[in-house]
Amino acid sequence: MTDATTLYGPDRAEFDDYFALLKPRVMSLVVFTAAVGLLAAPVGVNPVIAFASILFIALGAGASGALNMWWDADIDRIMKRTQNRPVPAAKVKPRDAMVMGLWLSVISVGMLGLTANVFAAGLLAFTIFFYAVVYTMWLKRSTPQNIVIGGAAGAFPPMVGWAVATGGVSVESLLMFALIFMWTPPHFWALALFMNDDYTKAGVPMLTVTHGKRETRRQILIYTVLLAPLALAISFTAIGGPVYFGVALVLNALFLKGAWSLWRRPEEAAEADRYATEKSVFRLSLYYLALHFTALLVEAGLRAAQLNWAAWPQWV
Amino acid sequence: MGGLAAVGVEMPIVNETEHQKSRKKSNLLLGAVLGGFVLLVFAITIVKMVDGQNMEAFDHVRRPALEDAK
Repeated sequence: MTDATTLYGPDRAEFDDYFALLKPRVMSLVVFTAAVGLLAAPVGVNPVIAFASILFIALGAGASGALNMWWDADIDRIMKRTQNRPVPAAKVKPRDAMVMGLWLSVISVGMLGLTANVFAAGLLAFTIFFYAVVYTMWLKRSTPQNIVIGGAAGAFPPMVGWAVATGGVSVESLLMFALIFMWTPPHFWALALFMNDDYTKAGVPMLTVTHGKRETRRQILIYTVLLAPLALAISFTAIGGPVYFGVALVLNALFLKGAWSLWRRPEEAAEADRYATEKSVFRLSLYYLALHFTALLVEAGLRAAQLNWAAWPQWV
Repeated sequence: MGGLAAVGVEMPIVNETEHQKSRKKSNLLLGAVLGGFVLLVFAITIVKMVDGQNMEAFDHVRRPALEDAK
């Protein structure tokens, strides 16, 4: 039977709605960091294999995004930032999102195994599991440390990219992981400082909700202080160099300065200027990660063109 | 028409056409994605063959090519 309900109900999902389930913006970050991990590796990869591998890694990230949207539809419906997502907006049925997420997980992991190697595929499978099960289903609603541990899911892509080329793990890929892992808490908490209402309404135990904004500001500073030496240490590995070092030095000085200002700032001052500093630190955190990985890409390009500086110290 | 409207049944003829259009667009895009996937698998296969990777596997009979590879 064809009536208005079946035509204009959730059955009427379009291609764009299914594409939105894959969280395209998160996917673009995954593509970029995985590509840097792959290109910075000391082993060359055929361009077709490299392209296909990055595509399957992105597909795996999309699969975990779809599973996340299926599971979190109830809280996405409450939060202003997420209520237009395809499931809460009733464009895609929750079950369809789940089926799509599961199938894309199988396809992306299977195809990465066939295209690159079993280790990279295993790491991608673990990443999907970590994001969909450990973060989305378990930690997100149960602990204010959700962002810290869940951040690991976002940190795996460069490791997977590296594994595509090398078939394993090394200090360099672990440091790229650590860079994203330690960057995630200050990045998200800076956002949470001025998006607090959304998380409070949805009952998500963000640090700002459970421990207050003062403690959140302190934690942002702690993580930023711990992040800086990790970011700088990459300079003295096989994937680093003077260009990366210069970029990391400037960005970490700015990020530390931003975190310091956030820590010193009383809540009244933040409310008075509508969280201007918090917003600028959040924006800076976006540039911070993008520019660190761009610098690694530049270093890889210089090495490929044999323009790297031989006298540059390398610790590992 | 008047009779159907009187009993509360609406005939969304214009909207139905829009629905068909959007479904056609979705189907074409899905077709393009699947076509792209086939081409990608083909390209991967060609690259792996050109790189000289072993495409044979054990199939219950003696394969000298596999033994040589070991």
